[in-house]
Parts: sequence; structure tokens; C-alpha cells
Amino acid sequence: MTKTVTLAQGNGGAENAQLISEIFYKQFKNEILEKSEDAAIIDGGRLAFTTDSFTVSPLFFDGGDIGKLSICGTCNDLAMMGAKPTYMTCAVIVEEGFSIKELETIVASMKKELEINGANIVCGDTKVVPKGAVDKIFINTTGVGVVQKSGISSNCVSTADTIIVSNEIGKHGATIFANREGMEFSSDLKSDCTSLWPLVEKLLAEGIEITAMRDATRGGVAAVLNEWAKQSKVCIEVQEEVLPVSDTVRGICEILGFEAYNLANEGTFILAVKSTDANRAVEILKTFEAGERAAVIANVTHQYDGRVILLSAWGSKRFMDLPTGELLPRIC
Amino acid sequence: MSSLELKELYDGFRDPEVIKGFQKLIAAEAQKLPRTINIMEVCGGHTHTIMKYGLTQLLPKNINFIHGPGCPVCIMPKERIDHAYRLAMLPNVILLTLGDMIKVPGSLGTLQDARSKGADVRYVYSPMDALKVAEENPTKKIIFFAIGFETTTPMSAALIDIVIKRNIKNIFFHINHVTVPEAMELLIKGSDNDHCIDAFIGPSHVSVISGAKIYAVFPEKYHIPVVVSGFEPVDMMESIYMIVKQFNEGRSDLEVQYKRLVNFEGNTKAQALVEYYFEKVDLFKWRGIGHIPRSALKLRAEFAALDAEVIYKEFLPYEEINDHKLCICGDILRGRAKPQDCSVFGTACKPTSPLGSCMVSSEGACAAYYKYGNLI
Repeated sequence: MTKTVTLAQGNGGAENAQLISEIFYKQFKNEILEKSEDAAIIDGGRLAFTTDSFTVSPLFFDGGDIGKLSICGTCNDLAMMGAKPTYMTCAVIVEEGFSIKELETIVASMKKELEINGANIVCGDTKVVPKGAVDKIFINTTGVGVVQKSGISSNCVSTADTIIVSNEIGKHGATIFANREGMEFSSDLKSDCTSLWPLVEKLLAEGIEITAMRDATRGGVAAVLNEWAKQSKVCIEVQEEVLPVSDTVRGICEILGFEAYNLANEGTFILAVKSTDANRAVEILKTFEAGERAAVIANVTHQYDGRVILLSAWGSKRFMDLPTGELLPRIC
Repeated sequence: MSSLELKELYDGFRDPEVIKGFQKLIAAEAQKLPRTINIMEVCGGHTHTIMKYGLTQLLPKNINFIHGPGCPVCIMPKERIDHAYRLAMLPNVILLTLGDMIKVPGSLGTLQDARSKGADVRYVYSPMDALKVAEENPTKKIIFFAIGFETTTPMSAALIDIVIKRNIKNIFFHINHVTVPEAMELLIKGSDNDHCIDAFIGPSHVSVISGAKIYAVFPEKYHIPVVVSGFEPVDMMESIYMIVKQFNEGRSDLEVQYKRLVNFEGNTKAQALVEYYFEKVDLFKWRGIGHIPRSALKLRAEFAALDAEVIYKEFLPYEEINDHKLCICGDILRGRAKPQDCSVFGTACKPTSPLGSCMVSSEGACAAYYKYGNLI
């Protein structure tokens, strides 16, 4: 590993995984942590428990802001374990000189998103630090959810499952990139930042047999599928042409040399469901705006255990690798 | 171009039926070949296309690819990266470069490492972004670490042009622009009978700027066919078909498949701008290959006031650094080995910790093999 921490180690990909396992897991190691799920299952399986810190530039982006993101992110991690988001904490570190008006807007977005999830902030903390000590504002939220369906785990994906994606992929990552300074794109692109509990609640209510769920945040769809393939010791075979990607995201990817499946999402998740339930699950997802372009994307086999394979429409195949390094635009 | 048009363009050039159609045509034509032919795709973008779209899986066994040296990041020697690192660590400097370059390790580390130690290193999508950085940081010295082949050289020249015309005082240049034909010629001369280069797939975007004319020497002097190809899978399949046909018809011609953007003369305005500001260096070291005469550019002496290599000469290291002992990138680039023949491929040498040139950027042969698996 490098002697100093690099940005590449925060990308949700290979270097990030190495940093976590060699520094944090090494010391904190315990049975619950080692399951590496979106949220820890505690209290004899009754509760799901998770935390996430949010830093995003720009703070306000098309389709959301850091406030909305900070609630969606943590609630979605609970929802991915089949748990209804219930109690939350909110810790804010804000830089001296930050606009009160902007702070109000951020907190109002948080409240709106809490209502969608039916959750409440029940304790919190605020720190103001001198200018330059943080980049504008950092938010941490921790959430506790009540498990509605137990046994959902990314360690149990098998050949009896079919893999589904809940919506178009890569929108959040592409939006943030397009909104960044120096990238002058004009597009109608919006982040997919949204709360997923309503979708999960409906799937559970309809009795869909869900094996695993994970929201495809940093590292995108490729990171989730690779983790599942490794954790469950299976091969996931993705049909490239059925991956739902909007024309705009695709255009940005073409120009910058990115893959939509490496870009972050904030309201799109991957599901492994019993194959017999797959079509029904897609139909249910499609009744939601956030699931309009849900699709079956992959089968589970044992062709290359631990790897994800992309199958092209012309019969060739390749690995869908874990993203490495910082996402950097191509040179020519 | 709107996104819809963009989509139509890409769908057309990635159409499964067209790709399969070329697969059949190539298979039929390849049956007539007397022996295995070695095609070098010079450009890293083409290596990437071949691996990403699994094109080798669609081709008969008697068509072999030699992955060429055409990735500007991969061929950048450690000595030059160390220059960038040292410049970045100087007080009051903002070092700008293009994308991938900040990931590549020199002997002191990567530019990302420099950044994590407090250096102000930024990547820009276009060299013109340097103007904004310079304006926002009037007390800082902005050094543009310019890299790339003929494709990106005119952008650097255009930036120099503006800096001079607007009399901007805080933008400087460290020039590492390299040129393609000299490397191609060296690789032909260095190849032996078993690993000869039988044909070239000419780079796409280099040729948009320089024109197809820069490859005329290969059919004329060496009787090696060249087909300038686009980057999409349909482009490459058509180009491969054109090459196999040339063989079977006993021809060695310079042909352009990428007609929608490339002509014989190229962008003469860009060429003139490059010619005005730059001149050839006598010798430039290519990582993995070695020194190639007249294969890179430097600022002309009259623009020395902008040349970071001149201004900061006393801070820059000049000792020669050898490539890693176990690395066989030189053999891979000459067609004598494939990435998986290397003893450290995928073990000690990975995209996150590259030892050799072909692993450092996604357009390098080893990185593409590692990433996409070269599955059969």
C-alpha cells in the first residue's frame, strides 16, 4: 500500500477495499463487521444499523444536494438489508463562513427525505471549524432500521438467482462529473438520488424472494457485482446490451472514456431474486418512477467463479472488472 | 452534436449484425492466407477496442495482433515523470496535466502521491483550462506538463499561442509530445523473421491531425500495408478485412478506412501551428523501447522563456533510470511476447501497482489484458 492516503483509495474500488481491509478491518475485526453488508444486522437479527459520511462537490447538483444525499444514502443502506429506516442521527461539520441560507436549504432537503422514508432524526451534533479545516460542509448520518425480511445477504447469491437492476445506471456519477468545474457540458442530466425504501417495501409486500440487494453507489454496478461474485463464489454473466443506460450518460461516457457501470448511483440498486420471481420483480419496480427502466441484466453460473463476465451481442466476452483508481478522463 | 445523434453514430458502429458480417468476410479471406500474419495496431485506443469488444475472439487463428507503443501515458519514461513530480513539489506551483498521467509512477512516485504530500496537481480535460487556472491564481506559477502524440500537440501549441499573444505571465510548459512514425520505423527495423510486423493499423486521431501521409513510407519503403482505422469495433473489423485482402491480392498500400475524419493531408492549420512552436529533439527515451531518434518535440529556443525545462533546469533530475528487471514490455511491444508470458503479469505488476509501461494506462496492452481478461 502507499505511504500516504490517496484519493484513489476513496473510489469504492480495489484500492478502497484494500485500505479498509488492511487498516480498519485489521483492528476492528469481528463477526458482524466481516460480513461486509450495506448495514450490520444486530440485536439477534431484529435491527439493521449503518453509518455514512457525505462530502460532495458541488454541494447542490442537478437532482439533489448533500442534504438529500445524506438521508437517501443511509436509509438506502438499511433498505438494502430489508429494513425499514426508523431512527437516525445527524452530525454536521461546517466551515466558518458557510451561508446560513444554504445550510437551511440542505437541512430542509434532509427533512423532506426523512418523511419519504418515515424516519426521524433523534440525536445529532454540530461542529463549526475554522475556514479551510473542511471543504464547506461534511455530514454524517447513522441509521437504525427494523428488519422486515431477514436473511438478505450478499453472501448467498446462487445459480437459482437472476440479477436485476432497478433503473438506468450511472446517472449520479455522470451528473457530478458534468457539474464539476472545468467540465462544460450542457445536458438535461439529473442525479438519480432517491430513497429506495418505498420500492423495497413493495417488493417485500408482494412476496418477491430476494436473495441480495445492494445500492450501486461508489464504484457503480461493477463494484456491486464483483463483490457478490467474490463473496458468494459465483460467476455473474451480464448481457451488455440489456444494461439500461440513458443516451446522455452514454454520451458523457463516450467523450470521457468512462463505463456507465463504473459510475456512482444514489438511487439505483441491484437485486438478486429467485429466477422464478425475476419478471414479476421487474414489473413491480417499473410501477415506480425510480424503477422505470428496471431490467433483468444477468444470470448466475459457475463459469469463472469470483468474476463478472460481460457478454457482447456479437458473441465475445470479457471481464467486467472492479474499477481501479480515480476516475480520470481519457487523453485523446 | 446532440446525444441522440451520438447514440445513432455509436449504435451504427457497434451493430452486432455488421460485426458478425465482417467476421464471416474475414474468415473466408483468411482461409487463403499462406501463413499467420502479424498486424500491429499502433495506437493504444485500438488495443483497448480489440480487448474491450473481444475482437480477437472473432478472428481466425492465423491473424495475430502485436500491440504497439501508441499510448502516450505508457511510453512516458520515469525520468520525465520525475520531472513532473519535482516541478509539482516546488513552492507556489500548480502542475497541470491530462487525465491518466497523474496515476503513472516515476521513481519518486506518482503525481497523485505528490498531491497527497501537498503538491497542487490538477488534471485538465483541455489544455485551454489552464487559462482559467492561471487567471484564478495570479500569484502562482502554472506549469502545463504536456503529453501526447500528434493528437494533443496542436492543443498545447494553441495554448502557447494564446499565452504569448495575451502576454500571460504565469503559464509555463514542460513538453513531452512524441511522434508516431519514428517509433513504427524503429519497430520494423528491430523485428526478426519470426516476429515480423506484416501490417499496421494506423492510429485514428493522430491521423486526423497529421494526415495519412505520414505512413506513406511504410508501403513504399518497407512494403508493409497500412490501413488507418476508426476506433469503433465495426471500424476495426473492416480495417482487418482490408488488410487481409491486401495480402491475398499481393498489395501493400496505404488505405484509409476512417474516411469520415481522416484524409491524406490532415489538418494543415494545426500542423503549421505545431511547426511554428516546436522542433524535434535529437533523442527521446520511450519507456519499454528505449531511445528513438527524432521521435519527440520540444519548444523552439526562441520560446525558452516559457519552457519549464529551461527555467527549472537546476531542480530537475537527469540520471538515467532503467526499466524494471522482470518487465518484458519491450518484447511485448515488439511482438515477441504476450502480456501473460510475463512472470509478474497480474501478480507483482497490476494496474494499481504497475512495474512496466504496458500496465500503466488502460490503453496499454498489459492493462487491457488484465482488465478484460483476453477470454477465449
